[in-house]
Amino acid sequence: MSVLSEELREKIRAEFPKYPNKRAVTLPALHLVHDTLRAVSREAIVEIAELLELHPSEVHDTMTFYNFFKDEHHPLGKHRVWFCRSISCMLRGGEELLEKVCHKYGVHPGQTSPDGKITVEFAECLGACEGAPCILVDDVCHMDITPESAAALIDKL
Amino acid sequence: MAKFEPVLLARIHKSDSASLKSYQTDGGYSRLKEFLSMAPADVTSIVKDSGLRGRGGAGFPTGLKWTFLPKDHPGPIYLAINADESEPGTFNNRYLMEKDPHQLIEGIILACHSIRSNKAYLYLRYEYGTSYRVLDAAIKECYAAGILGQNIKGTGFNLDIVLHRGAGAYICGEETGLIESLEGKRAWPRIKPPFPAIEGLFRKPTIVNNVETLCCVTQILYRGIEWFKSIGVQPDPGNPRDPGSYGPKLYCVSGHVNKPCCVELPLGVTARELIEEHAGGVWKGRKAKAVVPGGISMGFLSDKELDTKLDFAGPGKVGCLGLGTAAVVVIDDHTSMVDVLYNCCRFMSHESCGQCTPCREGTAWMTKILERIRSGSSRLEDLDLLMEVAGSMGIMPGTTICGLSDGAAWPVKNAISKFRGEFEDYIRGQRTTVTSAQKLMAVH
Repeated sequence: MSVLSEELREKIRAEFPKYPNKRAVTLPALHLVHDTLRAVSREAIVEIAELLELHPSEVHDTMTFYNFFKDEHHPLGKHRVWFCRSISCMLRGGEELLEKVCHKYGVHPGQTSPDGKITVEFAECLGACEGAPCILVDDVCHMDITPESAAALIDKL
Repeated sequence: MAKFEPVLLARIHKSDSASLKSYQTDGGYSRLKEFLSMAPADVTSIVKDSGLRGRGGAGFPTGLKWTFLPKDHPGPIYLAINADESEPGTFNNRYLMEKDPHQLIEGIILACHSIRSNKAYLYLRYEYGTSYRVLDAAIKECYAAGILGQNIKGTGFNLDIVLHRGAGAYICGEETGLIESLEGKRAWPRIKPPFPAIEGLFRKPTIVNNVETLCCVTQILYRGIEWFKSIGVQPDPGNPRDPGSYGPKLYCVSGHVNKPCCVELPLGVTARELIEEHAGGVWKGRKAKAVVPGGISMGFLSDKELDTKLDFAGPGKVGCLGLGTAAVVVIDDHTSMVDVLYNCCRFMSHESCGQCTPCREGTAWMTKILERIRSGSSRLEDLDLLMEVAGSMGIMPGTTICGLSDGAAWPVKNAISKFRGEFEDYIRGQRTTVTSAQKLMAVH
């Protein structure tokens, strides 16, 4: 049985006309699979490679270059919350913010909470330095975050 | 000096500034047909004569870059838009994309006409989810209105824009790293030559331009060369190689200031003016100890250098790498430069792509040495060691393929040469400022 549903395969194929070759669809395909399945497993890599007419190792090479994608041993929780640790956020308490949130939810950066709801990550500069410290919930940025407002955002998820 | 009226950011306070209707009401796309009827070379000449220099960091003259494309190439030729804004402290492109996407799209259309490209790839960092949705909606509006797609405005010109999302890697902001990433590979920068204008994306001639650069192209076409050249800093008559710093620039001010902001000003404003007149001064009534002039890879200005003009030439005159992205990060006098430098080195070590040994190893070792300093068990010789490692990596010493490495070395060089006493005191006092929060991140 295949890991990628026909619907997911259709979405990947829909990217083909945008590029002169199928290899360029590697990142879009990885994003589509990762978003849906919350990880890109070995089996998924093989199936993506088949679709893109690549060797699985080529897809694996690209996937693992970007720390972004999780494998099947470290699947994402329902939501991913990134805490910026780069200079502007660090200067305004970003590191302490991350520590307090990790403590509250019982996770280390990179881990998923026991209830599977959130994966906490540190991020390099999120490009919202005017609202430091900032966090990214999935791909939506929130600025001027305190431990309390972070908890409020997370609890609403 | 009269108050400068923003141009690139002129529309951002309108509630529907991102909509096509609002952009057109303000005159956007009104002369697109006229510009698309001009000869491509004439558009290039306008951009070249305006003196526009790339806003992404290197400051290369934009029009000149366009002329590097081979003449009479059968095509395809590509435009790649660099929206992988990842330099710490930088967020100006996010403003432009979220608040005024059509100004950017019009710039893309004009640039593509000029370089004879029918396909533009906009490489957007994944973290900018809001920018993605705003741009996606704006591009769809343009297709529906005949501003993108086939036979734009009846001129016979065709253009497709593809939005391509990255996956969180700083190196994708390096133009050949971006190209490799777009092709579906790991983002390892390419050895140049060949430069992208000769052989770039999918091995075809490619121009890579930054978001703010393309927004400037729109404004230059509408307002003219004279307007653009009336803003900013004239070339230094004593330096025949200085092309000047013309035009408006978005400065991002963050860190220890009362009002962090993104503000548009003529190139050449000083760091002090930015902090005091635009960012509400240093927070908590403190003084600035150091200021990052243009993203961390440009190094640091000391408190004695705050009157440095932030144009393309200014930061270099006081030992910084350059203007970079004009992201100004203010560091107050209660902060340890050891901690600040550690943060910079950790970033660069995390983001080094690992292709060139001097960068991969150098950034990691510099971070380790700073960890040792911060754990209170270092020696004074460690400072010389840091300088030696920093001096050995980069394009300038000729040991790496791309400039990330120079940008990784520069904050080390600047911090230790400008704040050496503080580092020595730190080492002699055997202080430690490692926090539990940092230990948490160190294990991962």
